[in-house]
Amino acid sequence: MLLNARILPYVLILPVTLFLCLFFIYPFVLVSQQAFGSSEGGWSLDNFREVVDYWKFPISLKNTLLLAAAVVPIQLALALLMATMVSKMEKGRDMVLYIWTIPLGISDLAAGIIWLAIFEQSGFLNSMLNGMGVIDKPVNFLTYQNPWIVFVAIALAEIWRATAIMLVILVAGIGLIPKEYYEAADVFGASKWKQFTRITFPMLRPSLQTALVLRVILAFEIFAVVAALGGTLFPVLMGETYAYQFDLLNSGAAAAMALIILAISIGFTLIILRILRVPKGASI
Amino acid sequence: MTDATAVGMSADTRKSGRYLYIASVAFLCAWVIVPIYFLLINTLSSPEAVNSFPKSFVPEFDFSSLQFFAGFEGMLTALKNSVIVALMTMVMSIIIGAPAGYALSRFEFPGKGLFRLLILLTRAFPLPLLALPLAVMFIQTGLDDTAFGLALVHTTLAIPFAVLITFSLFSGIPIELEEAAWTLGCTRLTAFTKVVLPLILPGITASAIFAFVISWNEVFAAAVLTIENRTLTAFLLQNLDTSPLHLKFAGGFILVVPALIFIFAVRKYLFAMWGIANR
Amino acid sequence: MAEIQIKNVAKSFGAYQALNNINLTIADQEFMVLLGASGCGKSTLLRIIAGLETATSGEVWIGGKRIDHLSPKDRGIAMVFQNYAVFPHLTVFENIGFGLRMQKLPNDEVTQRVERVAGLMHIEMLLKRYSGELSGGQRQRVAVARALAMEPDVILMDEPLSNLDALLRMEMRAELKGVLAESKTTAIYVTHDQVEAMSMADRISVMHEGNIVQAASPIEVYRDPAAKFVASFIGNPPMNFLPATPAGAGKWQVSGQTFDGPNTDKAGLQFAIRPEDMAPAEHGLVATAKIVEPLGAHLLVTCQIDEAQFRVILDSDTVVKPGQTLTLAPQSDRVRWFDPETTLAVA
Repeated sequence: MLLNARILPYVLILPVTLFLCLFFIYPFVLVSQQAFGSSEGGWSLDNFREVVDYWKFPISLKNTLLLAAAVVPIQLALALLMATMVSKMEKGRDMVLYIWTIPLGISDLAAGIIWLAIFEQSGFLNSMLNGMGVIDKPVNFLTYQNPWIVFVAIALAEIWRATAIMLVILVAGIGLIPKEYYEAADVFGASKWKQFTRITFPMLRPSLQTALVLRVILAFEIFAVVAALGGTLFPVLMGETYAYQFDLLNSGAAAAMALIILAISIGFTLIILRILRVPKGASI
Repeated sequence: MTDATAVGMSADTRKSGRYLYIASVAFLCAWVIVPIYFLLINTLSSPEAVNSFPKSFVPEFDFSSLQFFAGFEGMLTALKNSVIVALMTMVMSIIIGAPAGYALSRFEFPGKGLFRLLILLTRAFPLPLLALPLAVMFIQTGLDDTAFGLALVHTTLAIPFAVLITFSLFSGIPIELEEAAWTLGCTRLTAFTKVVLPLILPGITASAIFAFVISWNEVFAAAVLTIENRTLTAFLLQNLDTSPLHLKFAGGFILVVPALIFIFAVRKYLFAMWGIANR
Repeated sequence: MAEIQIKNVAKSFGAYQALNNINLTIADQEFMVLLGASGCGKSTLLRIIAGLETATSGEVWIGGKRIDHLSPKDRGIAMVFQNYAVFPHLTVFENIGFGLRMQKLPNDEVTQRVERVAGLMHIEMLLKRYSGELSGGQRQRVAVARALAMEPDVILMDEPLSNLDALLRMEMRAELKGVLAESKTTAIYVTHDQVEAMSMADRISVMHEGNIVQAASPIEVYRDPAAKFVASFIGNPPMNFLPATPAGAGKWQVSGQTFDGPNTDKAGLQFAIRPEDMAPAEHGLVATAKIVEPLGAHLLVTCQIDEAQFRVILDSDTVVKPGQTLTLAPQSDRVRWFDPETTLAVA
């Protein structure tokens, strides 16, 4: 037993470590090899050149970034709003929280299909507009003539689906803030807004960090929502990666795309960690 | 202005603030529920009604769309595959992840920081992308197009969560309970099975369900790694362009139902799990 | 027979030395208290005896058997924890019977022993409850009963009363002492509360920075502290110290007064006296009263002698005002001397 205590932790983490080496680190090495490899063998940037020079690349990069830039701030604001609303709630808190976290369990594909039911030609938005007499025959929203509506539909579906994960992290984070701080703030006469900006927000920094990193990474992985709503109308990076692999059967290019998405994700993660860094010893 | 009017006014603003608050909560609830309700209408309507215009805002409780879904070739197999893969993922991620969560919560050991970094790193990576090289590796090992192969990838997705969630659950059990058990005649193992396990079981169940949902919902890796043995998400994705609307909606609905149930089942744990998993 | 011998036990956490070469023998059926401030190593020592912590070096023997390589379960010990560690998923009955079940004792014997110790700790009526339904004091009783049910050779207690409120603590203190004396087990009790230590212990080991500074009976620790640390840690308020300079063979000069002291050739000593061992007199140390605190039973006066702070406990009828000059005579057989360099007592 005494011997155990030294070796046991390593025995316990061994399965995860092995597993991650085999299915996380090893494929990562493979994908890098594939991306930097070329048909003649040896190292080259050919694959990167190929995907970057393809006419769809700038569009899909722009679309992905634009979508993230539109969706993530709204989600953050919405999640913060919902989290503060819930923290004051007395009656029905559990019910409201359950409803608000439902999308957490819903896949991006299902979310895309749900919003397709609203935006498609015979869908509920058309039916509603028709019922109000705004239009008399159904409009086809999701076409290449309406790129902005396609964008809005995808953004709405994303906001609808993925705000919940931020909400959960933030509610958990708010739950960790000692109530005494608010009582002290009340005694000193701080307004609710002041309490939010001076107590909740700074104390919530670790949770905000987690929430944002997770969300931003997922935002760059956006794929199925777009596939369901926009199809090929709205190319995004992950969709192009999928297309390289299956439609064009070019796994080298797919690997290069994967590394590009990876690089963007890591870059943004570092930026978020830097901006929201918590000074050592300042955590609760 | 007299004091009385001032008080009256602030009471008024407070009252309207209260209404605004209630209205916003109600609106946000509706924002989540109404789209799901629309999907429900479509699912419970006949294919003709689904494709007609304008739409009714109440379901007609016609099951022919669902029947069509069930009869569509390959759909039921895909549903079965999804369940199998998700169950495998659930079991593997807990069996592999929970011991590490326990080690993190109970021991200080050289390399702990590095290990935590490895776990956190996986969260910072778009993991489904790694399905691409794995496709090649699986072909070499005969794991290609199998439920087990896909479950391995889904387990990679679920493991960081499993480790961090079980870590926070184990941290919630005072070490003294285990120590007391040791002094009362338990070995490490019996102390774990007699004291820690009974206390932690509901939480473990919750994180297992979480792993199930992660696998159930995953689209990209599933589409990359399966060809004949498609999961439901991969099947729907593959047929998005060609399948009729009522099929998409019925499929989407089938995807959503377990989510509703699972989130309800684990709702008590969602917040506790994230509270500590944050740090 | 369960004599405990601790031989050359040391423990380090990385560069931090938690215990330095501890040697201690605890007699069979003795009630030994490990007393010290937090971080002094007392809990670490207890946990090493229990087997919850591994010593970096040294040996632990119980009843003539070396046990430091054994699992906690094989050491013949039972332990009571500061936060009680009552299993929340088991009833009080199953908590108390937990260790007996692990020994696979027959059902009726488990029942019999659980009921006996439950009676001893006055918790017979709680046996069907869960820990969530118990108060802190009741949980403490369950934890002690659970340890006693094991009928161990040695019972180890880690600050068992520190989470209870003052009144309950006093009550439990006396009760615990009685129960343990009756059970005839050897007990090691860790606390930072000197009142607890004084009132319960057969012997106290005062610990400081990973060392046992003194191991002796409570009255000896109080009257004859082996080191300045013990003198200033035990007693409330603690001992007073004044610098002393040599004034001939066996004579020492303290604040202008000459006292009989040890016959050494040291360049200086420290004169020490407990606050209650002083009385107003014609001749003595001249002190200026600074703060006067009537405490009911007596009067605590904080004064100044030369540059040093000095506390005396006087009869509550004494009239003293701040600023007043007092002449205080120490009771000569209670004066102690310490070497300022080694901080040890000098006889």
